[in-house]
Amino acid sequence: MSDIHEDLARIVGKNWVSSQKEERYLYGRDPGLMPPHEPEYVVMPKTTEEVQEIVKLANREKVPVVPKGAGLSLTGLVIPQRGGILLDMKRMDKILEVNDKAGYVIVEGGTTHATLKSHLMKHYPHLRHSMPDSPPIATIVANAVIHGQGRLTQQHGFNSDMVSGLEVVLGTGELCRIGSCAVSQYWFSKGPPMPDLTGLFLGWFGTTGVITKLGMKLYPCKKIRDAMMFLTDRADLVPDIMRKLGRTEMMEDIVSSFAPLPLRLKGNFNILIIITGDSEEEVEFKRKMAWDTLWEYFESRDGGFLSVPPDMKPALLAMPSKDTTRFADTSKGGGFEYSGPITPIEKYPEFIAKLEELASKYKLFYASSARVIDGGHSMMFSFSYTFNRADPDSMVRVKTALDEAAEFALEQGGVIWKPNIDEQKMVMERMDPNTLKLMMKLKELLDPNGIMNPGNWEAK
Amino acid sequence: MQQYASQIHRCFRCGYCKFPTDYSSFNCPSYRRFRFDSYSTGGRLWLIYAWLKGEVEWSEHLADILYACTTCKNCTEQCPMKFAGDIVDWIVGARSDMVEKGKIPPRVARFFEAVHGYGNPLKLLRSDRDAWADGTKRYEPGDEYLFYVGCLGSYDENAQKMSKSLAELLNKAGVSFGILGSEEECCGNEIYMLGEMGLFQVLAEKNTQQFKELGVKKIVTLSPHAYNVMRNNYSAAGANFQVYHYTQLLSDLIKKNKIKLSQNKAKVTYQDPCFLGRYNKIYDEPRQILQSIPGIELIEMERNRQDAFCCGGGSGNFVMDLLAGSEDSPGRVRVREAYETGADTLAVACPSCLTIFTDAVKTEDLDEKLTVKGISQIVMESLSSK
Ligand SMILES: Cc1cc2nc3c(=O)[nH]c(=O)nc-3n(C[C@H](O)[C@H](O)[C@H](O)COP(=O)(O)OP(=O)(O)OC[C@H]3O[C@@H](n4cnc5c(N)ncnc54)[C@H](O)[C@@H]3O)c2cc1C
Ligand code: SF4
Ligand code: SF4
Repeated sequence: MSDIHEDLARIVGKNWVSSQKEERYLYGRDPGLMPPHEPEYVVMPKTTEEVQEIVKLANREKVPVVPKGAGLSLTGLVIPQRGGILLDMKRMDKILEVNDKAGYVIVEGGTTHATLKSHLMKHYPHLRHSMPDSPPIATIVANAVIHGQGRLTQQHGFNSDMVSGLEVVLGTGELCRIGSCAVSQYWFSKGPPMPDLTGLFLGWFGTTGVITKLGMKLYPCKKIRDAMMFLTDRADLVPDIMRKLGRTEMMEDIVSSFAPLPLRLKGNFNILIIITGDSEEEVEFKRKMAWDTLWEYFESRDGGFLSVPPDMKPALLAMPSKDTTRFADTSKGGGFEYSGPITPIEKYPEFIAKLEELASKYKLFYASSARVIDGGHSMMFSFSYTFNRADPDSMVRVKTALDEAAEFALEQGGVIWKPNIDEQKMVMERMDPNTLKLMMKLKELLDPNGIMNPGNWEAK
Repeated sequence: MQQYASQIHRCFRCGYCKFPTDYSSFNCPSYRRFRFDSYSTGGRLWLIYAWLKGEVEWSEHLADILYACTTCKNCTEQCPMKFAGDIVDWIVGARSDMVEKGKIPPRVARFFEAVHGYGNPLKLLRSDRDAWADGTKRYEPGDEYLFYVGCLGSYDENAQKMSKSLAELLNKAGVSFGILGSEEECCGNEIYMLGEMGLFQVLAEKNTQQFKELGVKKIVTLSPHAYNVMRNNYSAAGANFQVYHYTQLLSDLIKKNKIKLSQNKAKVTYQDPCFLGRYNKIYDEPRQILQSIPGIELIEMERNRQDAFCCGGGSGNFVMDLLAGSEDSPGRVRVREAYETGADTLAVACPSCLTIFTDAVKTEDLDEKLTVKGISQIVMESLSSK
């Protein structure tokens, strides 16, 4: 047993560290398509102090540290490119405080969306958070770190916009509080009226520090939720439809889906509209707003509302949507991956054309869903393709298609969401050189030994 | 099951299987205990696939990971994929490959040796199998039911109390039944789940043959494990008898007023055994029994019915205990949860749950506050003298 293993065991306890092949194998890969690379150690810290000790040890030994939530970002962001210590954060899973009056929650660095959802349902049924459609084991911190989107993103922006404070172990092992919590016992603001320093950690994929606590805004959980479905077969109309719906400021969520299955919906863009209300009157009013907003398309026979059968509604309203995950088994292959550029909504038709073009070029089964962000300033458009884990050729084809999709998205003026290390390079190549320089300076400042998730956001 | 090698790559490792329906806590007992992803369903399936592909070599650690699964079927209940119903078969399939190659953890090997040599995993004498029975009649052709007691019910001091009370209740209700006594053989449920298919076949055939020779038409089992295997896995051995779990029979007898109950004041919470609940969808009868006893207040644990948290004893772990030794051991987690309901009694319908929980309440220092009892014992204590 190496000295580092023993040091880690001293820090977290021997049951919470492994350097056995089985753990190294598993934590060396995610369900996506990036090549595996194994860590030497897998560690599960329980406290902030343990994380600090581990990062200090890693600095002394010049060993990489890679924080991991559930590893579901699919783009290899938790694959330890240079080995080292993999920090499985999921034992830091507490909900530390719900401030009902100010409407925020403080969670630990590995608390899952599952834990928060069930905690709120049980103890604060009038409150909710922005639940992504990723499987519920996904962690709240990691989702914010990759600028995830959830069910409240249409109304309130990226999930990272809802962050209201951080506690971070910097790449040097120092502990830092960010936001109102740096000067007050309250975690209501991530920065304002001071400089917003959360930008030093969100979007950085763990390369600047390990987030050990996070404040997240909570929102009213209305008593009634309903799903409406608007169908059109014209991709060129989808941007206007989504924008108009967004500008009503009344819809919880707006997502346009496109897939060759089920056959009865083939060729159609299915725009899911979720509305909420505390009374039937409120819901009915919003329903009418959606109808009125889209009436012109109905009149021109370009689209119409699909009457959603009651037995379909639970699946449409489920948080998270299990159907999103089920896509992985569509071709009985156990895998799918998506490139999800963030882009202006107006690009929807071009992206749809590319989605289909790539599917036919590489013989892939596809689906796409586009979620409106922040009332329509942008959308996340997913190029999703399934692959078969037992068929390496299908994996290569999907990877190639996604590389092309990423290139295309950048050409179209989009920005790649949760980019893998190759896509990060594509982004950095296009980046304003001074911006890139600033990024690299900040990174060096926060992680002088380059031990934090190395390989990511690396310019050289 | 042979199909597992061509299907197992389908797991996406999404982790839905770690949870109960409301996501309130981790519901895969081995993941709850060890917390490395390797001990979750998805991790286990990926490691099996890696082993099949030759990317991971066999090791004792790999085998421990495989055998730490209690085959509780929470994953089957929660996995959103179409193959959900096959997951446990895949795990059992991989175990049977390991068994065939002679590569299993020593504790599992000892379990097989004991069942093979002694007819029970506890390595106790066959002749002592009916030491608990105290005059309980042997099965004779013409009896309506064969009471199949099982290994724990025969040998374990606590589980014997369940067997005794059930035999007494059946006698009082005038049910015609008998036991096999020292002729009884292990049911093979654990042997099947642990992947020793050769030994399982021998047991299934031997038991079926014996039941046929005696003209058995109906079997009532103490253990949900025996109920499960005889009902679902004996058909290849030519079984053609009806199998009941004792809670089904008791519930029926109570409804028919053949068992009369009187006041028994207690706050009771109930553990759904995996092999009764998730495997065979029997959720109501045990509750109906408890609710028919005047004075008993049934309080549900947060995780119940198809979401019940396994005691950690499945797949032979009531003997091998690969999940023991920690405050995160499933039995200990579950008795804490039972105690938090405010109940004074944890009712069980399974002798494995009984042995695991009886130990767990002691370790958790709850033995003064929470009593673990079989449903047959509770009914026995509630019998009306009229
Ligand atoms: C079926 C499916 C549906 C999805 N739907 C959505 C969706 O609707 N919305 C959405 O936003 N995403 C979605 N995703 C993508 C992804 O699963 C989520 O964003 C998820 O929240 C990521 O969390 P994670 O814990 O899996 O992150 P991980 O992949 O474990 O980590 C992501 C990044 O965060 C870093 N990190 C982790 N913990 C810390 C920490 N404590 N401190 C610093 N850095 C850290 C990691 O190093 C990594 O760089 C989906 C994925 C799948 C498979
Ligand atoms: S078994 Fe099913 S639920 Fe579990 S990780 Fe695999 S695909 Fe997901
Ligand atoms: S059967 Fe139970 S213990 Fe085994 S993997 Fe599934 S949930 Fe976990």
